[in-house]
This record gives sequence, C-alpha cells and structure tokens, in this order.
Amino acid sequence: MKAKVSITLKRGILDPQGQAVLHALSSLGYTGVKDVRVGKLIELELASNDRAGAETEVKAMCERLLANTIIEEYRIELVE
Amino acid sequence: MTAPLRIGVLVFPGSNCDRDCHEAVTQVLGVEADFIWHKAATLPQVDAVIIPGGFSYGDYLRTGAIARFSPVMTAVTRFAEAGGLVLGICNGFQILLEAGLLPGAILRNRSLSFICKDIRVRMENTVTPFTSRCQAGQVLTFPIAHGEGNYYADQATLAGLKTRNQVVFRYCTQDGRVTPEANPNGSLDNIAGIVNEAGNVLGMMPHPERCADALLGNEDGRLILLSLLDAAKSRKPVMAS
Repeated sequence: MKAKVSITLKRGILDPQGQAVLHALSSLGYTGVKDVRVGKLIELELASNDRAGAETEVKAMCERLLANTIIEEYRIELVE
Repeated sequence: MTAPLRIGVLVFPGSNCDRDCHEAVTQVLGVEADFIWHKAATLPQVDAVIIPGGFSYGDYLRTGAIARFSPVMTAVTRFAEAGGLVLGICNGFQILLEAGLLPGAILRNRSLSFICKDIRVRMENTVTPFTSRCQAGQVLTFPIAHGEGNYYADQATLAGLKTRNQVVFRYCTQDGRVTPEANPNGSLDNIAGIVNEAGNVLGMMPHPERCADALLGNEDGRLILLSLLDAAKSRKPVMAS
C-alpha cells in the first residue's frame, strides 16, 4: 500500500511561492485563478496492507517529522 | 581553582559555520572549545553549547527538521532543561525551533531570495545571558546569510513572547527604528532572535561569530559572545549527562 502525504502552508500564512506562481499565471492570461498554494508531496511505500493501522502510523509520522504543524497542514491519502 | 571555560560547538552533516564559531571562541576570545559530532549521545563537560549555522542535512524536508532528531539533540535538550546555556545561530536557530526548545517556526524569506548582507538589529532585551554587555536600544550591525529566516508564530505565541520579554533582537534601520523596510526577510514583528522562557536558550538568525574580530571590519558580535562567556563563568556548571 502507498500513502500520499500532501503538505501545504496553513491558510492565513503567506505563501510567497504560491503568490509568485499566481502572478506568473496571471501574466500568461490565466486571470481566473484566485489563489495558489504551493506545497510538497511525499509518497510512502508501506509494507503493511492494514488501512486503519497505516492511517494511524502515517498520521504520527506527519505530526513528528513530515509536517511542522505550527505552519503546515497535511492530508493523507492511502492508495492500494 | 575552577576549571577553564569550555564551549561545545555542534557539528552536523552540512554545518558550515562550525569552524567560524570555534575560531571566534578560541582564537578571538581565547577560550577552549570542542567540536561535538551530531552522533554523540552525551555532551562532554562544557559550559555552553553553540549550534552553528549551515545546511544540516541539506535543509531537506524543512530547515532543521532532520537535525533535531540527531542523538546530540537529546543531550542538548537535557542540558538546556538543566539550565545549560545554548546559543543557536541561523541554522542553529532553525534546529532549536524544530526541536521545540524555542517557540514558533521559520518560513522561507518573503522575497524567496537567499539574502547575504549586513543588517541592523535593535537590542530589545539586555538581561539575558547572551546580551548583558549590550545597552538597551543599542543598534548593532550583524551579517545575515539565509534563505529561510522569516520567523513565524501564531498570535497567542507572539503575545506570550512580548509579555515575557523574550524578543531579544528586532531588525531595524540605522537609527534604530523598527520598520517594515528594515525587515529583510518578512519576519513576524521584525523578530531576529528570541530566548526561551527560562532565558538560557537563544536563537538568532544573524551571525555574531562572523563579526567578532576587528580584522573582519566589525566587532559587534563580540558583545554576544563575551556576554555568553560572562554568564558561563558565573554559573554553576551543568553536569554532563
């Protein structure tokens, strides 16, 4: 099983990278984009196939290392 | 007779200011210093620990995020909890934040650029073990060199920092005004350095070790290092553990 963890800066925290991309898109004529948040994607290849166990463990990994919850939020997606 | 002072300088893979710190302490200030490799599970008997700047673990994931789990950081945490003096500079500050020894976090510079230049900071708190030789409101010149120095904390944390006078340096103009223009990296409230509640752990983005020798054209950094040595001399040593 695979876990995909997406991490972005929390709402309310200025994301200068997202702002730079937003401006670049708008200068290309994509004026319909209201906001851009740039984050990172971490893919974990898990040995176990136990969904519930994996969910708990990956959440713990996010809290301890993968994300800094003072500034970031994370989303976990488990893929068979 | 008391033993001569000894300062420990941590070394992580990717540290690059460790030698500057060692040199400033030993050659400029004439005090003994030991390099401490990040794998060390215990600290040698030292009177203070400096966590130097650099790019520990290539800044992978987040600055300081991996270094904080190095064995030596468990020892540094015990040392700090026992009242030991810890000075984190640049990447050292980032590591202290990730380790939870200081509150808040670091974001990328607002400009997205790596900034390497001299800046001014105003002394906001001179009753710390790291700033006793400075005058309140004094403007010091320090070099900064970082891509990620944009300090962030939530409103409650910031309010606590202010109430307890934990903000030690703020970016300012030459004449000591704290303005948005004087803020090089977007740091919350122009914060350039903070101490923990107990006052024995300081994290700062500017580099005092790079301006401690007249030969380098600026000696403002000596004030920080000499304050640290004064404090280390007058304190009861923390036993190595």
